[in-house]
Amino acid sequence: MKPPPFEYHAPRDLDEALDTLARLAERGKVLAGGQSLIPMLNMRLTAPEHLVDVNRLAELDTVETEDGGLRVGALARHSRVGRAGHPLLRQALKLVAHPVIRNRGTVVGSLVHADPAAELPAVLALLGGSVRLARPGRTRDVPAAEFFLGPLESAVEPGELAVSAFFPALPPGAGCAFLEVARRHGDFALAGVCALVTPEGHARAACVGVGPVPIVVDVSERAPDWAAAARAVREAAEPDDDIHATAEYRGHLVGVLAERAFREAAASAKA
Amino acid sequence: MTTQLFGERVRRREDPRLLTGQGRYLDDLGRDALAVAFVRSPHAHARIRDIDVSGALDVEGLVAVYTYEDLPERLAEPLPLLIPHPALTHGRTAHPLAKDVVRHVGEPVVMVVAEDRYLAEDACGLIEVDYEVLKPVVGIEEAAQGAQLVHEDVPGNVGAHMVQEVPAADGRSAREAIETAPHTLAFRLDIERSASMPLEGRGVYARWDGSDLRVYSSTQTSTSVRMAIAAKLELPLPHVEVIAPDVGGGFGVKIMHPWPEEILVPWAAMLLGRPVKWTEDRREHFVSSAHERGQVHYVRVGFDDEGRVQGLEVTILHDHGAYTPYGIIVPIITSTQLLGPYRIGAYRVEFSSIYTNTVQVTPYRGAGRPQGVFCMERTMDKIAQYLGLDRAAVRERNFIQPDEFPYDQGMIFQDGRPLIYDSGNYPEMLRMVKELIGWDSFDKRPHTGIGLACYVEGTGVGPYEGGHVQVTSDGRVHVSTGLTSQGQGHETVFAQIAATELGVPIEKVSVVTGDTRRFGYAVGTFASRAAVMSGNAIALACRKVREKALRIAADALEADPGDLEITEGVVHVKGAPGASIPLATVAVLANPLRYAFDEEARRATQFASAAAPDRPPVAEGEEPGLEGRDYYSPVRSTFAAGMHAAIVETDPDTAEVRILRYAVVHDCGRLINPMIVEGQIHGGVAQGVGGALYERMVYDSHGQLLNASFMDFLMPYATEVPRIETAHLETPSPLNPLGIKGAGEAGVIPVSAVLASAIEDAEGLPIDRMPISPAELYHLRQSRDG
Repeated sequence: MKPPPFEYHAPRDLDEALDTLARLAERGKVLAGGQSLIPMLNMRLTAPEHLVDVNRLAELDTVETEDGGLRVGALARHSRVGRAGHPLLRQALKLVAHPVIRNRGTVVGSLVHADPAAELPAVLALLGGSVRLARPGRTRDVPAAEFFLGPLESAVEPGELAVSAFFPALPPGAGCAFLEVARRHGDFALAGVCALVTPEGHARAACVGVGPVPIVVDVSERAPDWAAAARAVREAAEPDDDIHATAEYRGHLVGVLAERAFREAAASAKA
Repeated sequence: MTTQLFGERVRRREDPRLLTGQGRYLDDLGRDALAVAFVRSPHAHARIRDIDVSGALDVEGLVAVYTYEDLPERLAEPLPLLIPHPALTHGRTAHPLAKDVVRHVGEPVVMVVAEDRYLAEDACGLIEVDYEVLKPVVGIEEAAQGAQLVHEDVPGNVGAHMVQEVPAADGRSAREAIETAPHTLAFRLDIERSASMPLEGRGVYARWDGSDLRVYSSTQTSTSVRMAIAAKLELPLPHVEVIAPDVGGGFGVKIMHPWPEEILVPWAAMLLGRPVKWTEDRREHFVSSAHERGQVHYVRVGFDDEGRVQGLEVTILHDHGAYTPYGIIVPIITSTQLLGPYRIGAYRVEFSSIYTNTVQVTPYRGAGRPQGVFCMERTMDKIAQYLGLDRAAVRERNFIQPDEFPYDQGMIFQDGRPLIYDSGNYPEMLRMVKELIGWDSFDKRPHTGIGLACYVEGTGVGPYEGGHVQVTSDGRVHVSTGLTSQGQGHETVFAQIAATELGVPIEKVSVVTGDTRRFGYAVGTFASRAAVMSGNAIALACRKVREKALRIAADALEADPGDLEITEGVVHVKGAPGASIPLATVAVLANPLRYAFDEEARRATQFASAAAPDRPPVAEGEEPGLEGRDYYSPVRSTFAAGMHAAIVETDPDTAEVRILRYAVVHDCGRLINPMIVEGQIHGGVAQGVGGALYERMVYDSHGQLLNASFMDFLMPYATEVPRIETAHLETPSPLNPLGIKGAGEAGVIPVSAVLASAIEDAEGLPIDRMPISPAELYHLRQSRDG
């Protein structure tokens, strides 16, 4: 379990990083927190020719409130973002792995990794956030709905660097909840649901672990019949069998968790 | 004795070192060593057609590549079958590197030596092995049908078949007793595979200086590894030394030996004339070390209206994996320890040990007992349910009574000795555990349940261990024993024993384990035996030292040895505080010297001592120095016991299981250090929770292990392990001087049984297969509810 040979780059500022990545294109891979990439390298599941370590780019180590939400820089670690005052991110990040991993792993890195069982893509999708991608002389914002393309597949193109993500604030008075069932505390969920309910009765949910990408379902028409809303979410889920649980059980969990999450979110919305 | 440390909660003296990163584990050694990596079989069953290493030869830093063809005569033989048994008629072991056929994913095929591990793995990736893939045998029942064979010359895949039968007092067989019993039940019980999974994997590091070989191995037995290396490499034993450095857990997998790497790495070091090291990584550990626990059990029981068992018949299919290097210890232990604290009217147990194309099976903490206890305790619960009786009451009616010890179960135990329980008090233990958990006052609500399980554990198996104790002229006491330590706290408990026996402050005592340079005769650390075996040997060695010290001191003080005692490291005449001599001075006097290299030594030189001129300085029958060596070799095992109870809550919707309370009553005879025993129990229960609710080895039909990482093999975290409430009962063993029994495996043994019992109580569903996941509980509910 040692990585295959690669060339290591440690750019000192964003311009140098973008130039390096543009030059390497398909041959380059970005290293940020490394909580997924390093194990994949050690197991030789991936073998990039070049590794571009962005950990020296202090300008990306940011968490800033900007109009209507939170902008999270590419080097902001989970633990810091969890303390940034966004209630849904706070709930979601409690479910992400363990403190040691949260102290090192990055929020933007998790989005780019696009693991369908991860919590943060679901949060971004539920809130309708976006990811900012940069290359020399050009920057674009990709909305969540277009960012997650499939398991471990995001809209980041070769030569691009995800420099930040934008998580919209909850609508005024809205309540949220993130519930999941994992085999052990901090594991990837067998199924998870995050829900958002506004005082006006708008309600939607996003599921994790039960489809190739986060599945967002708007159930405003059914609110506040949360049982019916949960059935709609369950019908939208596309769970698979794996060694930890059957698809049938996972689908059942989506229904159970969705109803619980809607009720919890609705209760906190009124509070 | 005023230095009474035996029985005290002395803090673990190894902790400051181990908890602050000062431990020296295998991979901390040998920074200058060459690194080894292996090409391992990607197939569960295949014939090797060709090995092409040419691609690897261009890797800069490659030092050597070895295949089976390169092995000299003794290394080319199959690895030893460590524990032969007459019932193991078709024992098979692997070659150090695969010869012709590979029989499980992970079997070593090519050994690569390079300047570092990165380069060695690069080279491994460039070696091409051409395999003819054969149909794999996966799954114990499929294997038992014998349609496809793991070894061509083992018909039916049956490595061993064994029947043990104990008739009833009236001579009736178990079958007769069951058939004539008022009630009978028959059912099947399954336990899946898990593994020891120590935090530190295996590892070997060897240095050869042209005549002497020094090997470090992360092993549970350095003495036997040493003998195996000397034999395989044809070296004189005095020229081989083996040291177990700090070892990050063993749990059984490191008592298996010699591993192929333990032979191949020293061999390469000798060939290359350079230090060589191999450190197992986690992926290797999953597929190339050992697993345990996979068994299927068919139970038939006959009992009376009161729930008393009249006859019990158990038929076991044991999944042995691809090879049987450690013999059939695991199913033998299941067969014998299944009986637990009960007197069963008549008993018949039969097992078949079956080969499959999976990782080999060797003992893992508990070693067959968790399966046996699962059988017996599920049986007790089923009897209680069938008769509508209290589950604790049924157990109590079947207990061996305190006045029946020694109690002969009429079988042969894993040490080849009669299965005779030395001592115990099971009714009292049940009373204690019921009180601790609140059995009689349990408030049964929907989706909560309470469970109970009892076990007896044969501990402290022979043949022997030894201890050496030396008091040096600075007053320090040096204790060494040959068995090894993997973090249990041996340095602390052995020091407690020595300090108590010798009457010295514990700070003066140092302990060395597992170093063949210090102590060459030993068996190893397994079967909850270290405290019983080495603890008693050290106590006996200390008593020899004490006797000699008192003899010498009596001479110096012109007193009778019987009037002397040792406290705080000083020998003095009882009741005469002025007449005393420090143990340090006794050590000086014990070793007559010619040369005065320091002030202490000067007192022992020829013109300083008042030795009688007409007697030799070292009296006949005496040896120089204040030291002693002794061995403890028991006639048979001691039998510890325990009872666990748990309260669980199941989620009515998600089917998740939460352990609300977990209670343990434990009896390992006299306690040397209750805190260390509790620590052993806590760790054991944690592993038991893993086996009951989380861990399994998921093989697909091709024999690929699908969850060979800590991401998918679910060892419980601290968040999954409940708080454990513990109480002790102390029934001394009459078999050894200290009255102690083993404690190392205790915690893990009944956990699957007790949690199955509690989940069954919560759900009203029979729980006959462990581990159980939320998805499985959900599907059990679905089948019940249609």
